[in-house]
Amino acid sequence: MSTVKLTVNGKSVSATVEDRTLLVHLLRENLNLTGTHVGCDTSQCGACIVHIDGKAVKSCTTLVGQIDGANVTTIEGIAKGDQLHPMQAAFRDNHGLQCGYCTPGMIMSAIDIVNRHAGDLDEETVRHELEGNICRCTGYHNIVKSVLDAAGRMKVAQAAE
Amino acid sequence: MGVEGIGARVARKEDKRFITGRGRYVDDVKIVGLTHAHFIRSPHAHAKVKGIDASAAKDMPGVVDVLTAQQLVDDKIGNLICGWAVSSKDGTPMKMGAWPAMAPDTVRFVGQAVAVVIAETKNQAKDAAEAVVVTYEELPAVSSMTAALASGAPQLHPEAPGNVVYDWAIGDEKLTNDAFSKAANVVSLDLTNNRLVPNAMEPRAAVAEYDDAEEHFTLHTTSQNPHVARLVLSAFYNIAQEHKLRVIAPDVGGGFGSKIFIYPEEMVALWASKKVRRPVKWTGDRTEAFLTDAHGRDHISHAEMAFDANNRILGLRVKTHANFGAYMSLFSSSVPTYLYATLLSGQYNIPTIYAEVMGVYTNTTPVDAYRGAGRPEASYLVERLMETSARQLKVDPAELRRINFVTQFPHQTPVIMAYDIGDFGASLDAALKAIDYAGFPARKAKAKAAGKLRGLGFSCYIEACGIAPSKAVGSLGAGVGLWESAEVRVNPVGTIEVLTGSHSHGQGHETTFAQLVADRLGISVDQVQIVHGDTDKVQFGMGTYGSRSAAVGMSAIFKAMEKVEAKAKKIAAHLLEASEGDIVIENGEFKVAGTDKAIALPMVALAAYTAHNLPDGMEPGLKEGAFYDPTNFTFPAGAYICEVEIDPGTGKTDIVDFVAVDDFGRLINPMIVEGQVHGGLAQGIGQAMLESAIYDDNGQPVTASFMDYAMPRADDVPSFRVSHTTTLCPGNPLGVKGCGEAGAIGSSPAVINAITDALGHNKIEMPATPGRVWEALQLQQAAE
Ligand code: FES
Ligand code: FES
Repeated sequence: MSTVKLTVNGKSVSATVEDRTLLVHLLRENLNLTGTHVGCDTSQCGACIVHIDGKAVKSCTTLVGQIDGANVTTIEGIAKGDQLHPMQAAFRDNHGLQCGYCTPGMIMSAIDIVNRHAGDLDEETVRHELEGNICRCTGYHNIVKSVLDAAGRMKVAQAAE
Repeated sequence: MGVEGIGARVARKEDKRFITGRGRYVDDVKIVGLTHAHFIRSPHAHAKVKGIDASAAKDMPGVVDVLTAQQLVDDKIGNLICGWAVSSKDGTPMKMGAWPAMAPDTVRFVGQAVAVVIAETKNQAKDAAEAVVVTYEELPAVSSMTAALASGAPQLHPEAPGNVVYDWAIGDEKLTNDAFSKAANVVSLDLTNNRLVPNAMEPRAAVAEYDDAEEHFTLHTTSQNPHVARLVLSAFYNIAQEHKLRVIAPDVGGGFGSKIFIYPEEMVALWASKKVRRPVKWTGDRTEAFLTDAHGRDHISHAEMAFDANNRILGLRVKTHANFGAYMSLFSSSVPTYLYATLLSGQYNIPTIYAEVMGVYTNTTPVDAYRGAGRPEASYLVERLMETSARQLKVDPAELRRINFVTQFPHQTPVIMAYDIGDFGASLDAALKAIDYAGFPARKAKAKAAGKLRGLGFSCYIEACGIAPSKAVGSLGAGVGLWESAEVRVNPVGTIEVLTGSHSHGQGHETTFAQLVADRLGISVDQVQIVHGDTDKVQFGMGTYGSRSAAVGMSAIFKAMEKVEAKAKKIAAHLLEASEGDIVIENGEFKVAGTDKAIALPMVALAAYTAHNLPDGMEPGLKEGAFYDPTNFTFPAGAYICEVEIDPGTGKTDIVDFVAVDDFGRLINPMIVEGQVHGGLAQGIGQAMLESAIYDDNGQPVTASFMDYAMPRADDVPSFRVSHTTTLCPGNPLGVKGCGEAGAIGSSPAVINAITDALGHNKIEMPATPGRVWEALQLQQAAE
């Protein structure tokens, strides 16, 4: 067993867990943050992606013990109150989701993609960068559209800040 | 059309919970006292179970119990059923091998469960499972249909000699043979339709709870049809009585057919919750999904088409072998027969067809309906054959199709289906224009100059949706009727709840169904709530599959709405002192036509519930239900054109353009319709270029993870160009045909036709991976 301290969606959390506990299980089972999903057992699908210290990470492949002191953001933590994150809004406006199961991971991954490319994205880059996120419903068409749309919105939002 | 009515691109009402992480899927359900199940599965494809020793496991930390197959037998839990009776051509019934939810004496595929550990945590259950010792005696296995049908092959089921499920046929053999003897040309083709793994992104899961005092069960499960699940669990499996079982299918993360069926794991979880008197949760992992979700496709076919001297089709002869896997899953028998062979006429006038289908048992995961179910296999066969014929007869492939299109409707095919309406030429014309067909030779030449091979392929598919007229499917052996139900409840304040037997697992019903109500009453979709997926709320329903929710599910809502409106108009007329016939509904108000007299919907609703001033003899309340049984299938159809470019150095194929023109009848929400098409296209492209479930000769699956089974990823598929032509379906009040499966049904032949066009020969099978394409190119060079 080990005890770790984390900040999750802005709140400090202290948890004593078995050494084998994965971050996704801590989030889902202990913290009731069930928006982060599990879609595979080989670190391939990206349904479990969260941000650790601002970077997209697969929480199904992260031991809680590895990230003591980290700042974790999940899909539940990106909207500001009632105001959706521009990526969330873009997914809705562009019909970037169907069953919604891959969606939290897609959105968390996509925010990181936009951040890393400073908003300068084209379709090819988005498709290449989304390699680690599998969606069975949408055929990716509207997901790619959503990410490109959000990249524009995030640029505007940043300029305004 | 209002801004939120039929035809409007309304953003989805359900999205907010999904994009904020507040969707509620089965694994999200938590109940006090919950235990966790972990199944012990066979590592062998075929073996006798000689013994199970769970004594050490039972003493491990957190273990509540270890339940074995024999206990299921002792409790007289029923075997799994196949709900569609199909007979062989000699009249004998299909040969159904017994399928217990856990295997007491023989396992027949890798992954079949023999026991289950129930523990306080998932990890404890997994740890204990390691300590359960199962002794097997391995038996020889057959993993391919060829091996299963060989003389002296190992036999799977005593009930099925020769490993044959059935030897079925449709059409007129003699007439077809006569047509072939008169033919000026005969084109033949051998095809394999590769096995697919559904891989909905949410793995299957179940949370079962037993209430001792009430003798009542509640099952949360990943189902496309919770009422059917309840019916089957109670009527056939002897676990719970129908009125003592509530089945809830909350948010479900994709189904594609794979969540229609009632699987062993859900049955065992339900049974176990009573055995251990604790709620039981089972959530499959991805490996279990690969091993136990019913797979799709897996056909081997030989097809021949006869043409007259003017290139008109005279007849079609098909022989198909369909792999059933180790057991007959719930609707498996209907897939390669009534959902496949009945579509072999395609979009064409074919005077006579004869098709034989042999179902075969193998030591592999059971196969059942998946994303198109039989219809992708039919369109792949017909459209590959059309393209091959065009090349062999040296006719333009678009032209060959055009001269053989059905143009008069209704059209009775020789294989049961009666097409009600369509305009196949219009879709083809639109697709040709969109792709710039005339410019293709120039594009091909340009690619050639750059060292690339360009190819273009067509697919003019048709499918039968709106499943299905109950009487018709009953006469073909279906064990259920395929109508749908709806209930419209107008609340006293005028907001509306619609209870539907359809189930949404990505299709957006909470929005499209609300659009129908909004359209009829002139109100906002926000005033309408769609309720589904709970047998305690919705009285009954057949669920969602076969692109049936618009054509059948919404038609039921339409019927219920008509009844609600009729009563509301009577009340409004009474309150307005007008005649009922003069009342019109506009913008949420009941108006006396041609006057400024009006009363708002909430006032009418309130009057219905206060019942202070209703017409004489009228019952209070404003709530109506309806059952809708379709009179025919619907026939979505379209033309797809794929353009590819192959790098001969690596065999890598790029889809440079993909045009889809579909006729779905009336569109309720075009944005959602396009999304459905995109997803289907990716599946068809995945089948054509990436996906294949492979077993070795001993029946070991070698593609049982996302590391080994190539799912289409974002950079494997292009952006699509999707558009529509419209003929309104005459068979239902909305004129809709259904759009959920078209993309998956129509796209794979277009891709392979494009690849074979680029290759210059036909010798390639799905999936056309870079390796296979490269080999096909070497083959050609060697021949030259
Ligand atoms: S669950 Fe983490 S990558 Fe699939
Ligand atoms: S929306 Fe269903 S898996 Fe992506």
